[in-house]
Amino acid sequence: MRTITTAIAIAVLAISLGVLAQEGELDALRGHVPLLEERTPEPLYDVVNDDQRRVRAYPMQPPTIPHKIDNYQVDLNANRCMSCHSRQRVGDTQAPMISVTHYMDRDGNFLAELSPRRYFCNQCHVPQTEAPLTVENRFVDIAEILRQPRETEE
Amino acid sequence: MIQRIKNLLSVFWRIFNSPSGYFSLGFLTVGGFIGGVLFWGGFNTAMEATNTERFCISCHEMRANVYEEIQPTIHFTNRSGVRAVCSDCHVPHDWTDKIARKMQASKEVWGKIFGTINTREKFLDHRLEMASREWRRFEANDSLECRNCHDEDAMDFTRQSSRAADAHRRGLINGDATCITCHKGIAHELPDMAGVEGWE
Repeated sequence: MRTITTAIAIAVLAISLGVLAQEGELDALRGHVPLLEERTPEPLYDVVNDDQRRVRAYPMQPPTIPHKIDNYQVDLNANRCMSCHSRQRVGDTQAPMISVTHYMDRDGNFLAELSPRRYFCNQCHVPQTEAPLTVENRFVDIAEILRQPRETEE
Repeated sequence: MIQRIKNLLSVFWRIFNSPSGYFSLGFLTVGGFIGGVLFWGGFNTAMEATNTERFCISCHEMRANVYEEIQPTIHFTNRSGVRAVCSDCHVPHDWTDKIARKMQASKEVWGKIFGTINTREKFLDHRLEMASREWRRFEANDSLECRNCHDEDAMDFTRQSSRAADAHRRGLINGDATCITCHKGIAHELPDMAGVEGWE
Protein backbone atom coordinates (compact mmCIF):
# COMPACT_ATOMS: atom_id res chain seq x y z
CA MET A 1 0.00 0.00 0.00
CA ARG A 2 2.70 2.40 1.10
CA THR A 3 4.86 1.77 -1.97
CA ILE A 4 1.89 2.37 -4.26
CA THR A 5 1.16 5.75 -2.65
CA THR A 6 4.80 6.74 -2.93
CA ALA A 7 4.93 5.66 -6.55
CA ILE A 8 1.81 7.69 -7.39
CA ALA A 9 3.20 10.73 -5.59
CA ILE A 10 6.49 10.51 -7.48
CA ALA A 11 4.67 10.08 -10.79
CA VAL A 12 2.45 13.13 -10.14
CA LEU A 13 5.46 15.19 -9.15
CA ALA A 14 7.42 14.14 -12.24
CA ILE A 15 4.52 14.92 -14.58
CA SER A 16 3.85 18.32 -13.03
CA LEU A 17 7.55 19.17 -13.16
CA GLY A 18 7.58 18.18 -16.83
CA VAL A 19 4.54 20.34 -17.55
CA LEU A 20 6.02 23.27 -15.68
CA ALA A 21 9.32 22.93 -17.50
CA GLN A 22 7.54 22.90 -20.85
CA GLU A 23 5.27 25.82 -20.13
CA GLY A 24 7.92 28.17 -18.77
CA GLU A 25 5.67 31.03 -19.75
CA LEU A 26 3.40 30.27 -16.84
CA ASP A 27 6.00 31.66 -14.49
CA ALA A 28 6.56 35.24 -15.53
CA LEU A 29 8.45 36.01 -12.33
CA ARG A 30 11.19 33.59 -13.38
CA GLY A 31 11.53 35.46 -16.63
CA HIS A 32 10.53 32.50 -18.87
CA VAL A 33 13.66 30.59 -17.97
CA PRO A 34 13.33 26.79 -17.70
CA LEU A 35 13.46 25.47 -14.17
CA LEU A 36 16.79 23.75 -14.53
CA GLU A 37 18.58 26.75 -15.97
CA GLU A 38 19.98 29.51 -13.86
CA ARG A 39 18.61 32.93 -14.55
CA THR A 40 20.77 36.05 -14.77
CA PRO A 41 19.57 38.13 -11.85
CA GLU A 42 18.08 41.53 -12.55
CA PRO A 43 20.03 44.56 -11.40
CA LEU A 44 19.06 46.14 -8.10
CA TYR A 45 16.79 49.04 -8.93
CA ASP A 46 16.96 52.40 -7.19
CA VAL A 47 14.24 53.26 -4.74
CA VAL A 48 12.07 56.15 -5.90
CA ASN A 49 12.93 59.03 -3.56
CA ASP A 50 10.97 61.94 -5.02
CA ASP A 51 8.55 62.46 -2.09
CA GLN A 52 5.59 62.49 -4.48
CA ARG A 53 2.62 60.65 -3.03
CA ARG A 54 1.00 58.05 -5.28
CA VAL A 55 -2.57 56.96 -5.85
CA ARG A 56 -3.54 53.41 -5.07
CA ALA A 57 -2.91 50.57 -7.50
CA TYR A 58 -5.60 48.26 -6.14
CA PRO A 59 -8.58 48.62 -3.78
CA MET A 60 -7.72 49.07 -0.09
CA GLN A 61 -4.02 49.52 -0.89
CA PRO A 62 -2.02 50.99 1.98
CA PRO A 63 -0.21 54.14 0.79
CA THR A 64 3.27 53.41 -0.57
CA ILE A 65 6.36 55.11 0.83
CA PRO A 66 7.68 57.81 -1.52
CA HIS A 67 11.19 57.88 -0.07
CA LYS A 68 14.16 55.70 0.81
CA ILE A 69 14.05 53.79 4.06
CA ASP A 70 17.53 52.24 4.00
CA ASN A 71 18.61 51.10 7.46
CA TYR A 72 15.51 52.50 9.14
CA GLN A 73 15.36 50.80 12.52
CA VAL A 74 11.94 49.42 13.41
CA ASP A 75 12.27 47.05 16.33
CA LEU A 76 11.63 46.68 20.03
CA ASN A 77 13.85 49.66 20.85
CA ALA A 78 13.00 52.27 18.28
CA ASN A 79 10.65 53.00 15.40
CA ARG A 80 12.34 55.30 12.90
CA CYS A 81 9.14 55.80 10.89
CA MET A 82 7.25 57.02 13.94
CA SER A 83 9.97 59.53 14.75
CA CYS A 84 8.47 61.57 11.91
CA HIS A 85 4.97 60.20 11.20
CA SER A 86 3.57 59.89 14.72
CA ARG A 87 0.86 62.27 15.92
CA GLN A 88 3.26 64.10 18.23
CA ARG A 89 6.03 64.51 15.66
CA VAL A 90 4.26 65.69 12.51
CA GLY A 91 4.33 69.32 13.66
CA ASP A 92 8.09 69.35 13.76
CA THR A 93 8.70 67.17 10.74
CA GLN A 94 5.77 68.12 8.45
CA ALA A 95 5.44 64.46 7.52
CA PRO A 96 1.95 63.05 6.87
CA MET A 97 0.42 61.69 10.07
CA ILE A 98 -0.43 58.01 10.23
CA SER A 99 -4.17 57.43 10.05
CA VAL A 100 -6.26 57.47 13.23
CA THR A 101 -7.10 53.83 12.65
CA HIS A 102 -3.51 53.09 13.66
CA TYR A 103 -4.33 54.39 17.13
CA MET A 104 -7.23 51.96 17.51
CA ASP A 105 -7.29 48.39 18.67
CA ARG A 106 -9.16 45.81 16.61
CA ASP A 107 -12.37 46.46 18.53
CA GLY A 108 -12.31 50.12 17.56
CA ASN A 109 -11.28 51.45 20.97
CA PHE A 110 -8.95 54.42 20.83
CA LEU A 111 -5.49 54.05 22.33
CA ALA A 112 -3.05 56.71 23.45
CA GLU A 113 -0.26 55.17 21.41
CA LEU A 114 0.28 53.38 18.14
CA SER A 115 -1.51 50.04 18.26
CA PRO A 116 0.95 47.17 18.66
CA ARG A 117 -0.59 45.34 15.71
CA ARG A 118 0.29 48.34 13.51
CA TYR A 119 3.82 48.74 14.84
CA PHE A 120 5.75 47.20 11.96
CA CYS A 121 5.07 49.73 9.21
CA ASN A 122 6.74 47.62 6.51
CA GLN A 123 4.17 44.88 6.81
CA CYS A 124 1.85 47.10 4.75
CA HIS A 125 3.75 50.18 3.60
CA VAL A 126 6.60 49.70 1.17
CA PRO A 127 8.86 51.90 -0.96
CA GLN A 128 8.77 51.53 -4.76
CA THR A 129 11.62 50.98 -7.19
CA GLU A 130 12.15 51.89 -10.84
CA ALA A 131 11.86 48.23 -11.86
CA PRO A 132 9.86 47.52 -15.04
CA LEU A 133 6.46 45.96 -14.36
CA THR A 134 6.37 42.18 -14.58
CA VAL A 135 2.60 42.15 -14.86
CA GLU A 136 0.55 45.03 -16.18
CA ASN A 137 -1.96 46.55 -13.77
CA ARG A 138 -5.46 47.06 -15.19
CA PHE A 139 -6.95 48.49 -12.01
CA VAL A 140 -9.47 51.28 -12.58
CA ASP A 141 -10.53 53.40 -9.66
CA ILE A 142 -14.21 53.24 -8.70
CA ALA A 143 -14.52 57.00 -9.24
CA GLU A 144 -13.35 56.49 -12.81
CA ILE A 145 -15.90 53.74 -13.41
CA LEU A 146 -18.73 55.90 -12.04
CA ARG A 147 -17.70 58.75 -14.32
CA GLN A 148 -17.93 56.62 -17.45
CA PRO A 149 -21.08 57.24 -19.53
CA ARG A 150 -23.95 54.81 -19.05
CA GLU A 151 -24.34 53.73 -22.69
CA THR A 152 -21.04 51.88 -22.73
CA GLU A 153 -22.56 49.38 -20.34
CA GLU A 154 -25.71 48.80 -22.41
CA MET B 1 57.09 62.43 57.45
CA ILE B 2 56.27 65.81 55.90
CA GLN B 3 59.76 67.00 56.94
CA ARG B 4 61.34 64.10 55.05
CA ILE B 5 59.35 64.84 51.88
CA LYS B 6 60.38 68.49 52.19
CA ASN B 7 64.04 67.47 52.51
CA LEU B 8 63.78 65.21 49.50
CA LEU B 9 62.15 67.96 47.42
CA SER B 10 64.78 70.52 48.43
CA VAL B 11 67.60 68.11 47.45
CA PHE B 12 65.94 67.55 44.10
CA TRP B 13 65.45 71.29 43.60
CA ARG B 14 69.10 71.98 44.41
CA ILE B 15 70.28 69.50 41.75
CA PHE B 16 67.70 70.73 39.25
CA ASN B 17 68.54 74.40 39.84
CA SER B 18 72.37 74.20 39.76
CA PRO B 19 74.31 74.49 36.47
CA SER B 20 75.66 71.33 34.90
CA GLY B 21 79.15 70.43 36.04
CA TYR B 22 79.81 67.60 33.56
CA PHE B 23 77.98 68.16 30.25
CA SER B 24 78.82 70.78 27.69
CA LEU B 25 76.27 73.44 26.76
CA GLY B 26 76.24 72.07 23.21
CA PHE B 27 75.42 68.56 24.39
CA LEU B 28 72.63 69.86 26.60
CA THR B 29 70.97 72.03 23.92
CA VAL B 30 71.37 69.61 20.99
CA GLY B 31 70.60 66.60 23.19
CA GLY B 32 67.57 68.38 24.60
CA PHE B 33 66.38 69.22 21.09
CA ILE B 34 66.79 65.66 19.80
CA GLY B 35 65.24 64.24 22.95
CA GLY B 36 62.31 66.63 22.56
CA VAL B 37 61.73 65.66 18.92
CA LEU B 38 61.87 61.96 19.80
CA PHE B 39 59.49 62.39 22.71
CA TRP B 40 57.01 64.51 20.76
CA GLY B 41 57.11 62.30 17.69
CA GLY B 42 56.75 59.17 19.77
CA PHE B 43 53.91 60.63 21.77
CA ASN B 44 51.93 61.68 18.70
CA THR B 45 52.60 58.42 16.86
CA ALA B 46 51.38 56.43 19.85
CA MET B 47 48.31 58.61 20.12
CA GLU B 48 47.53 58.28 16.42
CA ALA B 49 47.89 54.51 16.79
CA THR B 50 45.02 54.62 19.31
CA ASN B 51 42.97 56.44 16.67
CA THR B 52 42.94 53.62 14.13
CA GLU B 53 40.07 51.29 13.46
CA ARG B 54 42.38 48.33 14.04
CA PHE B 55 43.09 49.53 17.56
CA CYS B 56 39.39 50.06 18.37
CA ILE B 57 38.25 46.65 17.17
CA SER B 58 41.15 44.85 18.80
CA CYS B 59 38.76 44.64 21.78
CA HIS B 60 35.84 42.27 21.33
CA GLU B 61 33.49 44.79 22.97
CA MET B 62 33.84 47.05 19.96
CA ARG B 63 34.34 44.36 17.31
CA ALA B 64 31.31 42.28 18.26
CA ASN B 65 28.86 45.12 18.85
CA VAL B 66 29.34 48.53 17.29
CA TYR B 67 31.67 47.40 14.49
CA GLU B 68 29.17 44.77 13.38
CA GLU B 69 26.43 47.36 13.35
CA ILE B 70 28.19 50.02 11.31
CA GLN B 71 28.92 47.67 8.44
CA PRO B 72 25.57 47.88 6.59
CA THR B 73 25.32 51.63 7.09
CA ILE B 74 26.23 54.33 4.58
CA HIS B 75 29.32 55.35 6.52
CA PHE B 76 30.89 51.94 5.94
CA THR B 77 29.37 50.55 2.74
CA ASN B 78 28.75 52.99 -0.09
CA ARG B 79 29.24 53.54 -3.80
CA SER B 80 32.10 56.03 -3.55
CA GLY B 81 34.31 54.01 -1.23
CA VAL B 82 34.82 56.73 1.35
CA ARG B 83 34.67 55.27 4.81
CA ALA B 84 34.39 56.90 8.20
CA VAL B 85 36.28 54.98 10.86
CA CYS B 86 35.57 55.06 14.61
CA SER B 87 37.82 58.01 15.43
CA ASP B 88 36.41 60.18 12.64
CA CYS B 89 33.19 60.52 14.61
CA HIS B 90 34.18 59.69 18.16
CA VAL B 91 37.44 61.62 18.59
CA PRO B 92 37.72 65.39 18.02
CA HIS B 93 40.27 66.30 15.35
CA ASP B 94 41.70 69.39 17.09
CA TRP B 95 44.72 68.61 19.20
CA THR B 96 43.60 70.06 22.56
CA ASP B 97 40.11 68.57 22.27
CA LYS B 98 41.64 65.28 21.22
CA ILE B 99 43.87 65.20 24.32
CA ALA B 100 40.87 66.02 26.50
CA ARG B 101 38.88 63.17 24.92
CA LYS B 102 41.81 60.77 25.28
CA MET B 103 42.04 61.58 28.98
CA GLN B 104 38.32 60.90 29.38
CA ALA B 105 38.90 57.63 27.58
CA SER B 106 41.00 56.40 30.49
CA LYS B 107 37.60 55.64 32.07
CA GLU B 108 37.00 53.28 29.16
CA VAL B 109 40.24 51.46 29.99
CA TRP B 110 38.83 51.02 33.50
CA GLY B 111 35.65 49.59 31.98
CA LYS B 112 37.69 47.22 29.82
CA ILE B 113 39.74 45.94 32.78
CA PHE B 114 36.68 45.33 34.94
CA GLY B 115 34.53 43.96 32.09
CA THR B 116 31.73 46.51 32.34
CA ILE B 117 30.38 45.62 28.87
CA ASN B 118 32.15 42.34 28.17
CA THR B 119 29.00 40.47 27.13
CA ARG B 120 26.25 41.40 24.66
CA GLU B 121 23.73 41.60 27.50
CA LYS B 122 25.87 43.95 29.55
CA PHE B 123 26.52 46.02 26.45
CA LEU B 124 22.80 46.37 25.76
CA ASP B 125 22.17 47.28 29.40
CA HIS B 126 24.65 50.13 29.13
CA ARG B 127 23.78 51.17 25.59
CA LEU B 128 21.38 54.01 26.46
CA GLU B 129 23.87 55.46 28.92
CA MET B 130 26.73 55.30 26.43
CA ALA B 131 24.65 56.58 23.52
CA SER B 132 23.26 59.46 25.62
CA ARG B 133 26.81 60.48 26.47
CA GLU B 134 27.71 60.68 22.78
CA TRP B 135 24.49 62.55 21.93
CA ARG B 136 25.24 65.08 24.68
CA ARG B 137 28.77 65.53 23.38
CA PHE B 138 27.53 66.12 19.83
CA GLU B 139 24.83 68.53 21.03
CA ALA B 140 27.43 70.44 23.03
CA ASN B 141 29.97 70.83 20.22
CA ASP B 142 27.34 71.44 17.50
CA SER B 143 28.05 68.05 15.89
CA LEU B 144 31.63 69.04 15.21
CA GLU B 145 32.70 65.54 14.13
CA CYS B 146 29.90 65.39 11.53
CA ARG B 147 30.94 68.79 10.25
CA ASN B 148 34.52 67.69 9.71
CA CYS B 149 33.12 66.15 6.51
CA HIS B 150 29.55 67.48 6.14
CA ASP B 151 29.66 71.26 5.98
CA GLU B 152 26.26 72.92 5.74
CA ASP B 153 27.79 75.77 3.72
CA ALA B 154 28.94 73.19 1.18
CA MET B 155 25.58 71.40 0.95
CA ASP B 156 23.75 71.79 -2.33
CA PHE B 157 20.14 71.63 -1.21
CA THR B 158 18.94 71.30 -4.79
CA ARG B 159 20.75 67.96 -4.98
CA GLN B 160 18.96 66.70 -1.89
CA SER B 161 15.47 65.20 -1.92
CA SER B 162 12.86 67.88 -1.24
CA ARG B 163 12.06 66.26 2.08
CA ALA B 164 15.69 66.42 3.19
CA ALA B 165 16.17 69.97 1.88
CA ASP B 166 13.07 71.17 3.75
CA ALA B 167 14.15 69.51 6.97
CA HIS B 168 17.66 70.96 6.69
CA ARG B 169 16.31 74.42 5.97
CA ARG B 170 13.97 74.25 8.95
CA GLY B 171 16.32 72.68 11.48
CA LEU B 172 19.91 73.22 10.45
CA ILE B 173 19.80 76.66 8.80
CA ASN B 174 17.40 78.20 11.29
CA GLY B 175 19.68 76.78 13.91
CA ASP B 176 17.28 75.03 16.31
CA ALA B 177 18.84 71.68 15.53
CA THR B 178 22.27 70.23 15.03
CA CYS B 179 23.03 67.09 13.02
CA ILE B 180 22.60 64.66 15.91
CA THR B 181 19.16 66.06 16.84
CA CYS B 182 17.64 64.15 13.95
CA HIS B 183 20.36 61.73 12.82
CA LYS B 184 20.58 59.56 15.92
CA GLY B 185 21.34 55.94 15.15
CA ILE B 186 22.93 56.81 11.79
CA ALA B 187 25.83 54.43 12.30
CA HIS B 188 24.82 52.12 15.16
CA GLU B 189 21.62 50.57 16.42
CA LEU B 190 19.52 52.62 18.79
CA PRO B 191 18.89 51.79 22.45
CA ASP B 192 15.36 51.79 23.85
CA MET B 193 14.24 55.26 22.75
CA ALA B 194 11.24 55.55 25.09
CA GLY B 195 11.53 58.92 26.77
CA VAL B 196 14.18 60.32 24.41
CA GLU B 197 13.20 63.73 23.05
CA GLY B 198 11.92 63.50 19.50
CA TRP B 199 11.06 59.81 19.75
CA GLU B 200 7.69 60.02 21.54
